[in-house]
Amino acid sequence: MKLSYTVLEGEYARAGEASSAVKKVLKQLAVPANVIRKIAVAMFEAEINMVIHANGGVIDVDILPDKVFIQLVDTGPGIPDIEKAKQEGFSTASDEARDLGFGAGMGIPNMMKNSDFFNIKSEVGKGTTVEIAVNL
Amino acid sequence: MENINKRHSVELIPDKCIGCTDCIKRCPTEAIRVRNSKATIDENLCIDCGVCIRVCRNHAKRAVTNSLDVIRDERFKYRVVIPAPSLYSQFLRNTSINAVLTALKRIGFDDVLEVSRAAEMITAETVKILTEEECPKPMISSACPAVIRLMAMRFPSLMDNIMPVSAPIDVAASAARQMAMRKGYEPDEIGVFFISPCSAKATAAMYPIGMDKSDVDGVISIADVYLPLRNIMAKLDPSEYEDLCQRSFEGMGWAATGGESADPRIENAIAVDGLENVIRVLEQVEDGQLDDVDFIEANACMSGCVGGPLTVINGYVARNILKKVRQNAASIPPCRERTVDIPRGSVSLRLKNRISPANHMRFGQDMGEAIKNMEDIEAIYAELPHIDCGSCGAPNCNAFAEDVVLDGIPVEDCIFMMRRKVKELAEEMADLAAKMPQTMTGEKAGN
Repeated sequence: MKLSYTVLEGEYARAGEASSAVKKVLKQLAVPANVIRKIAVAMFEAEINMVIHANGGVIDVDILPDKVFIQLVDTGPGIPDIEKAKQEGFSTASDEARDLGFGAGMGIPNMMKNSDFFNIKSEVGKGTTVEIAVNL
Repeated sequence: MENINKRHSVELIPDKCIGCTDCIKRCPTEAIRVRNSKATIDENLCIDCGVCIRVCRNHAKRAVTNSLDVIRDERFKYRVVIPAPSLYSQFLRNTSINAVLTALKRIGFDDVLEVSRAAEMITAETVKILTEEECPKPMISSACPAVIRLMAMRFPSLMDNIMPVSAPIDVAASAARQMAMRKGYEPDEIGVFFISPCSAKATAAMYPIGMDKSDVDGVISIADVYLPLRNIMAKLDPSEYEDLCQRSFEGMGWAATGGESADPRIENAIAVDGLENVIRVLEQVEDGQLDDVDFIEANACMSGCVGGPLTVINGYVARNILKKVRQNAASIPPCRERTVDIPRGSVSLRLKNRISPANHMRFGQDMGEAIKNMEDIEAIYAELPHIDCGSCGAPNCNAFAEDVVLDGIPVEDCIFMMRRKVKELAEEMADLAAKMPQTMTGEKAGN
């Protein structure tokens, strides 16, 4: 089944609503707890990144009998050095975001750690697309 | 492994239920539906939190507990009462614990053992686990049975985060029985009675979570014991107070939010109350946002147990009284203190069984079927008005869409869908009515 969510720019208080909704559906589908946890963490980190770094964006989720596929597309500033962004502890988050407890530099590493397939494409000035798949 | 969501104390009194929508809309787990003008509780979803008891204006919900008569059961030769510390917070004019405990004995109990004393032993065990053992972070308190049931249903991925310690009631009950046995009574001659602030603890006392059997023989609600106690307390002269208080000041703190996690050895703790808030915090734990917190104290009721559905006075006032009770208790000169103390090693402080998630596969037996049902539910939901009026008997349009697909409830139970169908039918009739037989459409002859 397909689900789609729009993430709004700068809405820190609402960040996580999409991953929360997906979690609810996965629980109803009786997906094993450890798998839900992986998807929740990976998707939450990606959703937060959209709020902190990009101007919001669109999340499409496809739940299939054997896997969950999540695509996050934003039209934000893009990431100049993806390899650097994949390193633990690297962050370019604003002071405002850090005050809220974000920006520990674990975003992309956590997405990678909690997914079975991970792909990130980014173009400076155009935006970033993140693809995450977790096997069920 | 055990399914903890099968036993309940919350029930409906059908004669009093008028089939309104108050409870269905307030139930935090959407466990109630109105069917045939009466509320019905889905036992797979009910966590015994007692919110429906609190909100029903017709008092059509209750928690099944024992009446005070249970202590006169002749089976019992020796009766020990184990009061929850929240009981002490209920008396505006008398904040002496010895007054409350003396009055309890006058009601007909032979001895008293305070649950707050057991709570202190649990705190020590909790600190030990947090500081000396490998455990996932954050650990979540196992003290509130409604929260544990909620987690078993909605947060299966957090089962390993539940603090594996016994509930203070279970420790107190087991210690109370042993205390009576040391006095020479046989185990089956001893009656252990718990005074409960809530429905969830009433259920858990009879059917303990993570243990094989309960040492509790009866549960009496604070509401049922309140008046008899107050009447006795009003007549008691302070010189008559027996020295029964076990001076468990920290343990008494458990009755209100923040008390359980107040121990300074627990470094990073948060205390959350109210089920909606608890759900929000647990969502954050699930998303890995609270990994640097060591311990979460979570209470289903606002203000903690002093705000329980079976208490009598307002939880916020009770919280203030509890503070005074603790101050007063600290100033009582030598009391029997720990003379009825619980010998080290005599009771189990750890949960025996792992708590398992309560998954009842509502959406389908396998993933393919469940996904198909979810898609059907989405399709029905898209047609509904989304104003969550509750007239269909379900708490919101989403729950109604689930009921239509999974339980075969007719979609016309939605009054908006019904009106739409009536309108369509009426239009169709009007259309038909407009179609005059050609024999009647011409001008009448002779005009």
